[in-house]
Formats: sequence, structure tokens, C-alpha cells
Amino acid sequence: MKRTDGRNPDQMRPIKAEVGVIPNADGSAMFQIGNTIAYAAVYGPREMYPRFMQDPKKGVLRCVYNMMPFSGHGERVRPGGSRRSKEISVVTENALRPVLDLSDYPNSVVDVFIELTQTDAGTRCAGITAAAMALADAGFKMKDLVASMSMGMLSGEIITDVNGTEDCSLGATDVPVALIPCMDKISLLQLDGPISRENLKKLLETGKKKCLEIYKVQQEALKKKYKVD
Amino acid sequence: MAEKEHILKSLKAGIRYDGRKLLDYREVSVTPNITSAEGSAKVKIGETEILVGVKLAVEEPYPDTPEEGKLMVNAELRPIANPDFEMGPPGEQAIDIARVVDRGLRESKALSPEKLCIKAGEAVWSVMIDFVPLNDAGNMLDAASIGAVAALKSTRFPVVKEDGNIDWDAPLTDKTLELAKEPIEVTVLKIGEFYIVDPILEEEKLADTSITIAVAEDGTVYAMQKRGDSPLSVEEIDKMVEIAIKKSSELRKFIG
Amino acid sequence: MTDKLKIKNKEIAVPGEVLAEGMGYVPSRGIRRADDKLIAEQLGMISIEGKVIKLIPLTGVYIPKVGDKIIAKVIDVLMTGWRLDTRSPYSAVLSMKDATSEFIQRGADLTQYFALGDFVLTKITNVTSQKLVDVSMKGPGLRKLRGGRIVKVNPHKVPRVIGKEGSMVVMLKQATGCNIMVGQNGLIWIDGTPEAEVIAEKAIIKIESEAHLSGLTDRIKAFLEKQGVKVAPEQKKAPVKEIKKKITGGKK
Repeated sequence: MKRTDGRNPDQMRPIKAEVGVIPNADGSAMFQIGNTIAYAAVYGPREMYPRFMQDPKKGVLRCVYNMMPFSGHGERVRPGGSRRSKEISVVTENALRPVLDLSDYPNSVVDVFIELTQTDAGTRCAGITAAAMALADAGFKMKDLVASMSMGMLSGEIITDVNGTEDCSLGATDVPVALIPCMDKISLLQLDGPISRENLKKLLETGKKKCLEIYKVQQEALKKKYKVD
Repeated sequence: MAEKEHILKSLKAGIRYDGRKLLDYREVSVTPNITSAEGSAKVKIGETEILVGVKLAVEEPYPDTPEEGKLMVNAELRPIANPDFEMGPPGEQAIDIARVVDRGLRESKALSPEKLCIKAGEAVWSVMIDFVPLNDAGNMLDAASIGAVAALKSTRFPVVKEDGNIDWDAPLTDKTLELAKEPIEVTVLKIGEFYIVDPILEEEKLADTSITIAVAEDGTVYAMQKRGDSPLSVEEIDKMVEIAIKKSSELRKFIG
Repeated sequence: MTDKLKIKNKEIAVPGEVLAEGMGYVPSRGIRRADDKLIAEQLGMISIEGKVIKLIPLTGVYIPKVGDKIIAKVIDVLMTGWRLDTRSPYSAVLSMKDATSEFIQRGADLTQYFALGDFVLTKITNVTSQKLVDVSMKGPGLRKLRGGRIVKVNPHKVPRVIGKEGSMVVMLKQATGCNIMVGQNGLIWIDGTPEAEVIAEKAIIKIESEAHLSGLTDRIKAFLEKQGVKVAPEQKKAPVKEIKKKITGGKK
């Protein structure tokens, strides 16, 4: 099956990563996959407001996902959160929290801001991938990075890296996943379409392999920032 | 105030905190077409980085201007760009940036509202400009203004279907906005007796007053906004306008 | 199982990266062991000394530590003291009794001593488990910093700004003629002529961005000379060290 952009079913779009792109932030990164571009900035650990949300045992991770008004393929995106962006913010936190140890920072907050400057599906995955690099760039202790990508099903076949047309116009089943490589465990899993148990298992195994490809690019981007000229 | 004294000492010696001369801009770069939006641009001034996007829509005109298109300018100061930014609806600074750039574009009739009419009384083009900074290192307004002009220049109209809706799947047409004017906003600040442009964050905080001045290619001034509660004499205002006119023609070169 | 080193000395490691395999290697701070693998926990530079693998963090927030001298900003004047911003998630309290060697009357106007926005060089005297921080101004060199400007660097780069036995900061001070105070929290106070302060600030920013590269002292020296300031030759401190070596038999 040839896909709308000419890719094979198991082909990812071109990916690009850069670390340290926002000087004001404690850590930052950009991740691009196809036409989807995500920026992530980490501010923290810093004092947590409102006070009642403080945790005396450890720092709190707080992620905010947002699409810029001009980022979409279609109408302008009205600024201000939506239920969708709130949901994505929560699953992003859950995908990243397992690798962090914030017990050294009681009563503080680690703010992660994710902004999509251009969207063509796979946005929450790009956001998580960028956020993981940004957290490492900020110097946090992490069990590992988190690599994320959107797998899917289209016309009965498993596809890697669903693009916008497949997601919206062709009604592909979309399965965003995130992998913590050293644990070989999945920290983001969502599904929005029909899939058999067998296909899901195959899809997840393929997804893990593809996430590892993204993981390599994340590592290189982090090291590149400190490369000797 | 100690910090004020310190910066005045520096300005008296003719240099800014980062070693620049008083009327020097940091390094400016403008990159158009950085997203898939109808029009877009990325502007960097020093470490300040702003993304500007232009989105178009087909809408009903306002009842009192049935043959004119619409212009909306908005600034989103998201917390990604500055640890002091908070989530929520646009605050004072965002509104200031949006309204001042809007005034420059509107008063100079940069967009020729009549050209944006599709069918009188029924359908007009609505041009929506959004500024979103990625990093705020001072002087976001000037950067936004340069970006607005660059993004508008790069804007191309989408295809409109028979039913009057936009066909978002079709590639953009070659039809451009054909700007009548390209107003650039220059913010001139006064600290003590000294005038500076392109402030870093610390300088923005220490300024007694500032004026943002929108200047078009021919040197005509189309909009102004004075900030801060320190009053100015006519000579001082004239001096600041002179600086703005000079700087705007230097900045114009970066838009291409 | 043979020991295998997967990374070289002075290379950059990223979190989750496998640095070595086998039980022969010994992990130090910033590195964890998972079965027979040694894994980096943070972004940092690897230092291998024999069989010990160390990870030197390149970045990270400042966490207040007892004994640290920091530059802090007064953010609140309290009933019996002041609250200071330590440039960490934890503010510090300077109480009246630790503010000065003079006696402060109860009910006195505390802003006469330290006002909102003042920067002080202060010492951390206590940090509780909940990270409540106490500081004191009683001690040699501790004082309000008047004039000058504050430069921020990542706290992990502070050792490089100070240099071995203070050599880097001494070179900066001598070359620019500025008074320079370095806080462990990454805030640095520079006081001199406007031109000299700009040079000192640029040199410090350069140290921060090239802290992980070798030959840093020479680079900074070259940078300063390019700015037109004269750098004095290195002071010889050898004699004292040699004597120490003889006494201790040269062992570290």
C-alpha cells in the first residue's frame, strides 16, 4: 500500500531535533516530524503557585500543551485551552512522570510548556519527544528519555507515523505511543478506532522499534549542543 | 534607585549593558514562510524570537462597512517564552503589542480594505495576524511589527470553493495581499536624559517612558503610543520621532 | 562477563545512556547500576579515573546548601527580618539577629539595613528537610552589594568561573579592574567602569558556554586580550604546594 505522501506503511516521515532553542528556559528543545513542529521549554524546579497544590514530599510535574493559532491545516485555532489540549496536557504528564525523580525538590513545580508551531498529526507525540529532551537539557535526573510516535491502522494495515490526511480525511485508526527504552515499557497509549487484539500487539511491537529510532535522534541532539567545534 | 543610577552611568559613557551603542539594534533576522499558514514569518532580534502567522477567513462584513475586509491583530504571550508570563487571557502587555501594531497597519491602510471585498454586504476576507513569542529578551513589539509586515508580504490566498467556503486541502493560490504600505514600529525609550532603542528586559523595566512610532517607507508616521507616566516636551518627542524614522528605514532592509 | 566501556573520558552522556557493562566498573554520583550495566542518570560529562566512572552535571537548578556563600535579592521585609530570593525554588530568611554585628532595636525600620531589591552576599546557615533556608550576614566579606551589576550563570558553571584556586576570577578582576563576587547560586556581582563591566560580563558568559571544553583559561585570556585589556602572567604558587607534597608523601 502506498500512502498519500508516497511512504511505505512502515516508513516514518523525516525527523529533526534541536536542543537549547529557548534561552530563557532552564531546558528546551524542538522536535519536527514531517510537517509537525513542536517546541518544549522547561522552567523549574521553581516555587509552586497556587500554594495548595504543593507536595511536601516531592516536586510536581505540570505540562501544558498548546497549538499556536496559525499552526493548523485549516481554520485558525482559537487561542485559550480546549478540552482536547487539557487532555493532551494530562497524558503528556503521565508519559513523562515515570522517568523523573523529583524527591529532591519538595513543594516545587516543574513547568513544561509545549507549543506546536505547525501541525500535521502526531502532535502530542512530537510534544512528548521534545519535552523529554528539554527535561534532560534542564539537568533533571531521569531514568531515561521518553520517545513518542503515532502508529495507526489504515485499510487493514499497520502504518507508522500517521499524517494529517490519514488521520482526518481517511479515518485511520490513530494509536499514539511513548516508550521508555531502558524499561521497555510504554508510558503513553491512546486509541481511537477499531483494532483487533492481534493487530494491536503487532502494532505496539513495531511502535517500540520506531520509537527507538526517535530515541537515537534525541540522544544525538542533546550531545550536539555540547560538541567541540 | 541603585539600578537606575548604575545604568545612567553606563549610558553616560555611551554604552548599554550588552556593550551596544545607545541607538544600535541587536542582530536582526527575518525568515518568511516558516509555517504552512497562509502567511508567516519568524523574527529574531538578539535573543528575542517571535513567530507571526497570518490566517485568512471568509466572513460577513461588519454592518457599517459592507465593502471592507476585516483585520484582527492578536498577541499571545505564552509562558514558554518568559518565566514571568502566566497562562490566561491576554494581559496588558499582549494587548499593547496587538493594538499598537494594529493601529500602524490600519491607519496606514496597508491592507486596502476595499481590495478584501469578495461580495459587497455578504462576504469579505478577514485577515487574522497572531504573534506568539518563543523567547522574550526584550523589544517584542518591534519584532512583532517587522514580522507582521514580512508575514503579510508572504501571504497567499487560499482557494475558495463554489459554496463560498475555503478549500483547505488545495494548495494556496499565487494571489498575494499587495500591501499599499509597509509600516514598521520602532520603540524609542528614554532613561534619564538618554534615548535608546531595542531594549533588553532590564532596560524595559528601567525606562522612564517610551514611545512606539509606526513609520512607513516614505517616512510618514501613522501611529504612536506613549507609555509610562513620565511626561515629555515637544522637543523630546520630536527627537524620538526622528530616531524612529531613521531606524525604521534600517530595519526595513531585513524584510526584503 | 567481560567489562566493556561504552563511552570515552570527557564525552557527553545523556540520561538512560549505557556507559559500561560488567561488574568491574564502579559508578559514582549521577550514575546508577541496573544489573551489570552502568547507566547515566543526568546530562553530563563523563570522567573516568581507573575503574571509577563519574558524571559531572553540565546544568541544573541551584539547591541551597549549608555553608554556601550566595548572592541573594531582598524580596520581602518581614516583622523580624527579610525574605531573600536565592535563585532556587526555596527562598531564604535573614532574621534580625543575623543581619549585622550591631544591635537592631525591635520595631526599628528594617529597610534602613536592607531594602526591597537590594542584593546581598550572604551565607547559608541552615536548610531543613522541607528546604526552609536560613542565612546570615555575619561573616567575613558578607555585605550588601552597592552599585555594580548582576550576571547570571548556571550554578554548575560556578567552579569554572572561579577557576582552580580562584585563578580564573582573579584573572578577570585583574584584567578588567572590576570587583567581582561569585555566588555559589550562579549570581555574579561585577562592579567597575561601564566598559570594563561589559568586558567582564562577556567573558563570564563565554566561560559559561565553553565550560566543558579544554583549554578554557587560554581561551578566556585570548578573549580578554582581544578586548584590549592586559592580562598579567600567572602567579607562581608552586613552592607551598611542593612542601605539602613532601610532607604527605605526594599522595592525594
